[in-house]
Amino acid sequence: MKILTEIGKYFILMAKVFSRPEKNKMYYKQIFREIESLGINSIGIVVVISIFMGAVITLQTRYNLENPMIPMYLIGLTARDTMLLEFSSTMVGLILAGKVGSNISSEIGHMRITEQIDALEVMGVNSACYLILPKVVACVFFNPFLTLLSMFVGVFGGWLACVSTGALPSSDYLYGIQYWFVPFYVAYALIKTVVFAIIITTVPAYCGYNVKGGALEVGRASTKGIVTSSILILLFNVILTQLLLS
Amino acid sequence: MVILRNINKSFNGEQVLYDISVEFEPGKTNLIIGKSGSGKTVLMKSIIGLHVVDNGKIFYNDRDFVSMNHKEQRNLRKEMGMLFQGSALFDSLTVEENIRFPLDMFSTMTEQEKRNRVNFCLNRVNLDNVNRLFPAEISGGMQKRVAIARAIVLNPRYLFCDEPNSGLDPKTALVIDKLISDITHEYNITTIINTHDMNSVMEIGEKVVFIHQGHKCWEGTNVEIMNSDDEALNDFIFASDFAKKVKERNIDQSSS
Repeated sequence: MKILTEIGKYFILMAKVFSRPEKNKMYYKQIFREIESLGINSIGIVVVISIFMGAVITLQTRYNLENPMIPMYLIGLTARDTMLLEFSSTMVGLILAGKVGSNISSEIGHMRITEQIDALEVMGVNSACYLILPKVVACVFFNPFLTLLSMFVGVFGGWLACVSTGALPSSDYLYGIQYWFVPFYVAYALIKTVVFAIIITTVPAYCGYNVKGGALEVGRASTKGIVTSSILILLFNVILTQLLLS
Repeated sequence: MVILRNINKSFNGEQVLYDISVEFEPGKTNLIIGKSGSGKTVLMKSIIGLHVVDNGKIFYNDRDFVSMNHKEQRNLRKEMGMLFQGSALFDSLTVEENIRFPLDMFSTMTEQEKRNRVNFCLNRVNLDNVNRLFPAEISGGMQKRVAIARAIVLNPRYLFCDEPNSGLDPKTALVIDKLISDITHEYNITTIINTHDMNSVMEIGEKVVFIHQGHKCWEGTNVEIMNSDDEALNDFIFASDFAKKVKERNIDQSSS
């Protein structure tokens, strides 16, 4: 019953979020701020994690494929498809749910308990729209770039692992990453990324927006936002995979 | 003018405000006083629509606020300014950006006009050279003054102040009180202030409404309050030994 109430309250908030902004110019400004804060500032962590994950996927696949009947270039293909299908969208989504989600829920939660949201409301500003919509737009616009970046960097990380450890010849890896390429996999990953971006921004924002109490409750809202959005990402991953790849 | 008629408010079945009716006049500093937990803040948040009242009417110059839809309420709020207990300045914006925020949002002024208006408001609250500072870089008293500047930047018809003196030393509190009072008279604003500070009551309480356990127990002026025979009000005003001695002295002087 409580879950249904929460879902209802979430959709009521979303109705406020996706309403007509008071002044477009102010929202554009805010969107660019959020692109910097939530998107550009996430490039570092995405690059670091993707490069290491690409390397690890390549090395693990190599050590698990000892059979001489299996061609070496399949390792490159496996690394590429793992990055495209799962890691760059879902894993990066989960990482961003932690980084961006905690940022959003603590920022909005802090604004709630220090009455900054009330101040916006008293001014006649739709606080939900002003605070949350630019974050959603920024992530929906920028997260696909992060996903594409993660794909390239991850595949590059795999190649670096090949070259630096000698686990397999570079030429085999390079042949493998070009072999049997399915462009739809990129589209599939980008569709998932957009859905995850909405989850990553709206769920923690909902948790932060409804905080009551003090700093302790802001911390709890932040944790709740991250956990809930992570579970929803995994759930929607299954649903979208079934819908798009079956 | 703000008129309340039979306001009732409850949370989860627990009644907080009981049948409150009162009129707040323009050009006067109207004070709502009462103990902590008496329902002052709930009453103020109900007046501005941050809480939805269970029943009763709220009129802003004959406009029925309670029966307005969200959009109409939001439009009316553009005529309000509010000073929050903790100032509620936006942390991520500088002092200047905080004050010009309502202008950016709702006015059609040019950049230069906005800058002039911000500087005028900062001047009005006696602040200089703080435009580029962030709220965390200025003192509590200065934050209150910036919040007042932000509240008056759009020339509001109604000004609401929730505990404007909380966390301030007595001298700074007097400065803030005087500032609010001056602005109220200068622009003929209907000002409603929540406070439990008796210094404020005596300094600027042109109309005082006493709330006790969610009921309106008494209303009058800061002169009349000293001679009230309302038990709950006297308990509240003369809570300290110092205040009791002042009262005894007053009685002695008037009888001799």
